[in-house]
Amino acid sequence: MAEGYYKREHLPHFGDIAEGGGELAKKFFDYYGAVFAAGALTEREKALIALAVAHAVQCPYCIDAYSQECLQKGSDLEQMTEAVHVATAIRGGASLVHGIQMLEHVKKASM
Amino acid sequence: MSRAEALELSGPRGTTSLRARAHPLAPPSMQIAALHDIDLSAAPHAGDFDRALAESGCGALRPDAIEIFQINLGKLCNMTCRHCHVDAGPDRASEQMDRETAEACLRALDRTSAHTVDITGGAPELNPHFRFLVNEAAGREKQVIDRCNLSVLLLPRSRDLPEWLGDRGVEVVASLPHWRRRSTDSQRGEGTFEASIEAIERLNAAGYGQGNPRKRLTLMANPVGAFLSGGQAGLESEWKEGLRREHRVEFDRLITLNNMPISRYLEWLQTSGNLHRYMETLVRAFNPETVSGLMCRNTLSVSWDGRLYDCDFNQMLELPIVDNDGEPMHVRDVDTNALGRRRIVTDRHCFGCTAGTGSSCSGSLA
Repeated sequence: MAEGYYKREHLPHFGDIAEGGGELAKKFFDYYGAVFAAGALTEREKALIALAVAHAVQCPYCIDAYSQECLQKGSDLEQMTEAVHVATAIRGGASLVHGIQMLEHVKKASM
Repeated sequence: MSRAEALELSGPRGTTSLRARAHPLAPPSMQIAALHDIDLSAAPHAGDFDRALAESGCGALRPDAIEIFQINLGKLCNMTCRHCHVDAGPDRASEQMDRETAEACLRALDRTSAHTVDITGGAPELNPHFRFLVNEAAGREKQVIDRCNLSVLLLPRSRDLPEWLGDRGVEVVASLPHWRRRSTDSQRGEGTFEASIEAIERLNAAGYGQGNPRKRLTLMANPVGAFLSGGQAGLESEWKEGLRREHRVEFDRLITLNNMPISRYLEWLQTSGNLHRYMETLVRAFNPETVSGLMCRNTLSVSWDGRLYDCDFNQMLELPIVDNDGEPMHVRDVDTNALGRRRIVTDRHCFGCTAGTGSSCSGSLA
């Protein structure tokens, strides 16, 4: 199929989601803005967390946006790659830790 | 330049100069044309800077009193960074300010209210009249800035320079794109990071970077790629901590600035396929709050041959300040009243200074 579901030009139009429900959109975007403001964590650290989560939820819009944001906030490729590995480790670990259930089952069911 | 001097200048290389390669973008007029060729009709203000000023209620740019007297001593540099807006390099040895023009700069300085003398290049330290100018400006009790690429301090001729500058209260504003190796070397050439750390060690040993206002070491960072500077607030403490932890070196403050889409950075934007997107980013990020602090309003920029400009970027694009007859003004003829009435020259590249948190030789603006 030539035309995919994901389109790059959707990203700058994210705000158009307000068309079907302005009040909820406003609450979401206000909250979103507040989340990413500097607080106990810096804006750069928050962008790195967002980049890692973007890979965990496999959102191409978020990967695009937060790759750029991380660079802009002063992270370099090595720092961003380490963040992606954190997401990968948690995703992989989440699968692997279930192996303990498998192990218990096997031990109980086997001679 | 002798062979020995040429060898001494074989510093880190990110690329070679546009001029040495006879690149189509080498003439400034071609750079301006390339910016105008970008279709920004769908972008805000149709990508027209003066329209952006008018539509945001800022009005035309008016000059304030001259506070910063910026002297560009020439295009000679021991480095050849990929983003250089000057197209500087070791091959640019003939474009150097002479003693007569340096003396004319001092006479002009005395006719202005400038409190700061900002000395830049190329690598200004390579100009034979650099120390003369610094001495004279410091003697006039001006705040003197040396815009330094750091690696120049490792050349044998510069061994005493950190101490010499410190004795005269000169602020060193040193380029370092990132506090980590990869990005720095990628933009400025292999080995730059290591050389920069060694140069900062020498500056530290001479008392720079220790909180002494007469020995201030400022690091200046610009993005390594097609994105805006995130602004200096918040980054400084991470840089200080990182450089201290990993290299045991200190600095006083960090400033950030955007890359201007001209010269070798323009070449990179073109060849990497980032030009349209970057220009659109600059235009969309136009921030009216930056306009009151734009450096073209309080700076007079003098080129190696004595011509006058609103800023170092206009200087590189050869967009001079002109008199009533349309003739370029010269530092010999500085008339502060006439300069106060001048029209600041603007074009598409100016979006580089008004994007996001803004950008200037003094760092971000908003």
